[in-house]
Amino acid sequence: MAVAAVTKYEFEPKDKLENFHGNQLLYIGWEDHLLFCSPFAFPFPPTMRFGDIIDNVLPGAFGYHPDFAKIDWSQAYWFKSGKPWTPDFDKSLADNGLKHKDVIRFHTPGLQGIKGSCN
Amino acid sequence: MDMQVAKKKLGLKERYAVMTRGLDWTPSYQKMEDIYPYIAYEGIKIHDWDKWEDPFRLTMDAYWKYQAEKERKLYSVLDAYTQNNGHLNVTDARYLNTVKLFLSGISPLEYMAHRGFAHAGRQFPGPGPRVACLMQSLDEIRHAQTQVHAVSNYNKYYNGMHDFHHAHDRVWFLSVPKSFFDDAITAGPFEFMVSIGFSFEYVLTNLLFVPFVSGAAYNGDMAAMTFGFSAQSDEARHMTLGLEVIKFILEQDPDNAPIVQRWIDKWTWRGYRVLTLVAMMMDYMLPKRTMSWKESWEIYFEENGGALFKDLARYGIKMPKCAEQIALEKDHLSHQAWSTFYNLAAAANFHTWMPDDDEMEWLSAKYPNSFDKHYRPRYEFWREQAAKGNRFYNKTLPMLCQTCQIPMIFTEPGDPTKICYREVDYKNEKYHFCSDHCKEIFEHEPEKYVQAWLPVHQIYQGNCFPEGTDPTVEGFDPLAAVLKYYHLEHGRDNLDFEGSEDQKNFAEWRGQATKNI
Repeated sequence: MAVAAVTKYEFEPKDKLENFHGNQLLYIGWEDHLLFCSPFAFPFPPTMRFGDIIDNVLPGAFGYHPDFAKIDWSQAYWFKSGKPWTPDFDKSLADNGLKHKDVIRFHTPGLQGIKGSCN
Repeated sequence: MDMQVAKKKLGLKERYAVMTRGLDWTPSYQKMEDIYPYIAYEGIKIHDWDKWEDPFRLTMDAYWKYQAEKERKLYSVLDAYTQNNGHLNVTDARYLNTVKLFLSGISPLEYMAHRGFAHAGRQFPGPGPRVACLMQSLDEIRHAQTQVHAVSNYNKYYNGMHDFHHAHDRVWFLSVPKSFFDDAITAGPFEFMVSIGFSFEYVLTNLLFVPFVSGAAYNGDMAAMTFGFSAQSDEARHMTLGLEVIKFILEQDPDNAPIVQRWIDKWTWRGYRVLTLVAMMMDYMLPKRTMSWKESWEIYFEENGGALFKDLARYGIKMPKCAEQIALEKDHLSHQAWSTFYNLAAAANFHTWMPDDDEMEWLSAKYPNSFDKHYRPRYEFWREQAAKGNRFYNKTLPMLCQTCQIPMIFTEPGDPTKICYREVDYKNEKYHFCSDHCKEIFEHEPEKYVQAWLPVHQIYQGNCFPEGTDPTVEGFDPLAAVLKYYHLEHGRDNLDFEGSEDQKNFAEWRGQATKNI
């Protein structure tokens, strides 16, 4: 619905793709690991190989958790916007169909956080 | 000799009539809609402004006299407190983080409330609400000033509050209270009155001020406590104004009810999300607790608010629907919030810590349905790691909710093991939300929230570094640059309480006051 206003009320979105200097935003969450308070936000070039996120970025973000070293990525399954989704690790973000401000999360079977508490 | 004739004194009611409504006039050169251009566009219909009741009948001259007297008393208490090194009498230096949170998160909102009521007052054609708004506007700027003065004594000794207003406009989590108020003040005058005057000042204020002021009293902070008492009579007037506004609008025209209901739904939720900060303050930041967040929600909202909405049912107003979700969150809110600040302690203007054993027991007794199962394992792990010198500092930036701007920390209603994700596509852009309520608020007025200044996105756009910073140089440390932009000093204003300068100084100074060292 339109904003009730005395005059025309339209604004450019503050977070348009072109404001991120060649990067696009990608949000990544790890299911059952609430030790990390929320999903993370990352700026990545669309040409980046998806597997590079797993190899080079996620260890810095999630590596504190003792479960992280135990992840078998071939068993992990993914969701994009809440729906099942399968990434190709060798393709780029763009070729995986990831757009600006997409949200993905991964589930790691058998790993349920500290003492199985989803933390 | 001339006889002096005693002047006839006006009675209170006459005096009020002369000093407020008597000052109003009907314009003849200008059209009413030109003088009051914002009064119609929100769709609220007012037929008779004279139906406005003035419960306090306060006139400007009396206001001036009362407030001056109150402030004289307040400042003499503050002086005595300062001269006697009152800051060393607080329960524990951890308490001071509550003061930092209040000063950077809440006091700037008092100033915004001053502006908001001044603006709303200017826009109302009726002299009754105009005068009431004028007085509240003055109250709010006085509260901002007296709070700053009450806290300034602490600023001489402790870290993190030296540039609170600068922080309010920049620091990531402070965008939550800031954007809440910016949303209200950029609405029309009627929505502003319902958002701040009613939903915040009437429905939620007890959940903000009672915890802070009684928390101050319980923890030996005489400065904040005295401010609280001084403000109390004003707050009573604000609550009455908030209730009067709602009744007046609803009685004027039955078409107003659905508009007002939408505002109450929106602003109860928006206000509640801001109170996340208060929830964690009550359950974690007060060394001596007053009551739990859950208990205070039950008393002040579920009981008192329940009675209020029963009373408003005759106008067709219902309990806001978000109350159901809030009831599900009350076992989790404070723990999820404190965990977030524990995660992100490197980027905040106050310290965090893990609760000790006694505090864990208290939490587990107050939250028997949630604490031991969901939060104790997390805290015990963090404590063990900290003891090994591996304190957790999460340095990756969080995903935020587009509406409330809080990181996406909240779990699905009814399932505390799953983060709640909601999203909307609007004009080829994606927007994310922490809850159905934040999503609905966006969907009703998307153009308002597409402009949101989300701190995480602003950092990634390169807008949160000091001027002249080159983020492309090798070894660029974004967190260090962001802290400089916030005017916070790494290692002094942020990180864990354990090992902080505040902790060391407090122990040393209190030691000097109580021991022969």
